[in-house]
Amino acid sequence: MKSARTMLGLLLLAACLAAAPARAGDTPEQPQPAPPCDVPAYLLSSESSLPKVTDAVKANQPLNVLVVGSRSSTIPGNEASAYPATLQAALKEAFPSATIDLSVELQAKSTAEETAGTLVKLVEAKKPTLVIWQTGTVDAMRAVDPDDFRTAINDGVVALRAAGTDVVLVNLQYSPRTETMISAPPYLDNIKVVAQQHDVPLFDRFAIMKQWSDAGYFDLFSTSHGVDLAKKVHACLGRALAKFVIDAAHLGPVQQN
Amino acid sequence: MSSIADPIAGSPVADAKTEAKAEAKAEVKVAAPAITLPATGERELRLDLFRGLALWLIFIDHLPTNLLTWLTIRNYGFSDATEIFIFISGYTAAFVYGRAMLEGGFVIATARILRRVWQIYVAHVFLFTIFLAEISYVATSFENPLYSEEMGIMDFLKQPDVTIVQALLLRFRPVNMDVLPLYIVLMLFLPLILWLMKWKPDVTLGLSVLLYALTWQFDLYLSAYPNGFWAFNPFAWQLLFVFGAWCALGGARRMSRILSSNITMWICIAYLVAAFFVTLTWYVPQLGHIMPKVIEQWMYPINKTDLDVLRFAHFLALAALTVRFLPRDWPGLKSRWLRPLILCGQHSLEIFCLGVFLAFAGHFVLAEVSGGAALHALISVCGILIMCGMAWIISWYKHSADKGASKKGAAGNADLAGGGA
Repeated sequence: MKSARTMLGLLLLAACLAAAPARAGDTPEQPQPAPPCDVPAYLLSSESSLPKVTDAVKANQPLNVLVVGSRSSTIPGNEASAYPATLQAALKEAFPSATIDLSVELQAKSTAEETAGTLVKLVEAKKPTLVIWQTGTVDAMRAVDPDDFRTAINDGVVALRAAGTDVVLVNLQYSPRTETMISAPPYLDNIKVVAQQHDVPLFDRFAIMKQWSDAGYFDLFSTSHGVDLAKKVHACLGRALAKFVIDAAHLGPVQQN
Repeated sequence: MSSIADPIAGSPVADAKTEAKAEAKAEVKVAAPAITLPATGERELRLDLFRGLALWLIFIDHLPTNLLTWLTIRNYGFSDATEIFIFISGYTAAFVYGRAMLEGGFVIATARILRRVWQIYVAHVFLFTIFLAEISYVATSFENPLYSEEMGIMDFLKQPDVTIVQALLLRFRPVNMDVLPLYIVLMLFLPLILWLMKWKPDVTLGLSVLLYALTWQFDLYLSAYPNGFWAFNPFAWQLLFVFGAWCALGGARRMSRILSSNITMWICIAYLVAAFFVTLTWYVPQLGHIMPKVIEQWMYPINKTDLDVLRFAHFLALAALTVRFLPRDWPGLKSRWLRPLILCGQHSLEIFCLGVFLAFAGHFVLAEVSGGAALHALISVCGILIMCGMAWIISWYKHSADKGASKKGAAGNADLAGGGA
């Protein structure tokens, strides 16, 4: 452990560093460039694979994607601008010759455990190639036991694999305003654990949005009631998710935009 | 007899030491109990120092991630400031109230402990009130469609009757307000712990380990409202607290041979380095592929709720190295530079509460003023400065108040000696 004296020195140094740019930041805001929403490469690549998606695209079969999620997978009243729709558009752009079907199954107030129980029926009904399962928010809000949460995700993933589909997990949104009220870390950790155990690609929505917030692309603290920010963020999320899926399915190189 | 370690008015070190030795001898002759207390007059500044450090780190960890977050120990290993805080709290509580129990008997000590528990409880309720004010404000002013789902967390405001009663019962606890309830429960059991320690310290520690093991085996927990469980499981975290008490009551001395051995040192260093590399893979995901999958699957998740063995071991390793390389008479402990940390550690309950409040306030400022990383760091630094200022004022006040009351004797000085908070 560092000695306390070094620690203090570092603190003071940090304080000096912090003070200077803080003043610079007070100047009237410069015209903001359009959000580029870049994502570091490591957040868009996965060691895990999506063999069914790879096969479907290579064999020119329709790619049938099912997004299962809670309310953060949509924008109330603007479903067509939410990330599942942008994902579909981005996939179509990447594979112009392929048929991309996408359906969204919203289970607004369901915990992972409740959703996991419905997955098999959903897969039987829709026969997807790929299930994108967005989860964790409801569990974090209800402070479900993280162990139970992990078991639920684990069961869900096993069931989906057994039913013959590929799976991508999507974790929580980065929501700085509610950080003092919702404890995300245990749920983020547990999704990661299941993803590692089953070799499931995990789209780290939390880290990506945090990255955007830190880089100043989006002001996620905004109290604006408008739907504009939500639309922009979802557009970026959809595109990032498409790149992620293409990378995991080893179908790249994708054209950069 | 000198008061229990008034750090400002205390006698010069040399005097304190001779006095201490004399008293230690006297104590052995008079009481000869199963436990030995460190001598009075000699305040363990290291405890204050590291408790102060823990308070700073807890404060920083409660703020949104920023530059200073990289200075907190949780980024360099498994354990974090909570372990330090609970261990030192157990240590000081046993030190102060253990003495009270030897001198005044079980009933007196229990009464004093309960008084302390009440103080902590009131502090917790006060913080909850501030939290309610903050959350109510956010709920009425914030309707971003991007977060329509997350805003559901405010639903509990629709049933204030249930929520507030559950909060008073310690079952409803907002994020970042888990440490004090844990502490209240641990302190409630302190009379029992001390009583057992007086009888056989090692057996008490053994029972504590047994309870810890049973917790893991049978998944014991305390439920919370509206659902879920206590974020710090008291059945598991009591191990650190009791271990702290055991060290205070003579365990540390008996372990000194183990602590000074080179083998221990190298084991600790090896473990800390290994833990450092593991944590590195969390923050530099590009390194993730170096970690063998087998180890990942065995190790994760590292459970904070139930005080994972890996975390406990990490804390032990840190503590062992600290004790070895930072002797209690290290002159730096008296230096001006470490004074703010030590003062914060000496008034830990007040400073802890202030830290939680400042973390709320910091969140609030960050949300209202959209600032960059610099503002985040600035807020952390300001918070720490405020904590130091407050600690200094409290210390000044208590010092002058004590001067006035010194004629009455020094019995009521438990708070100043750490009071266990």
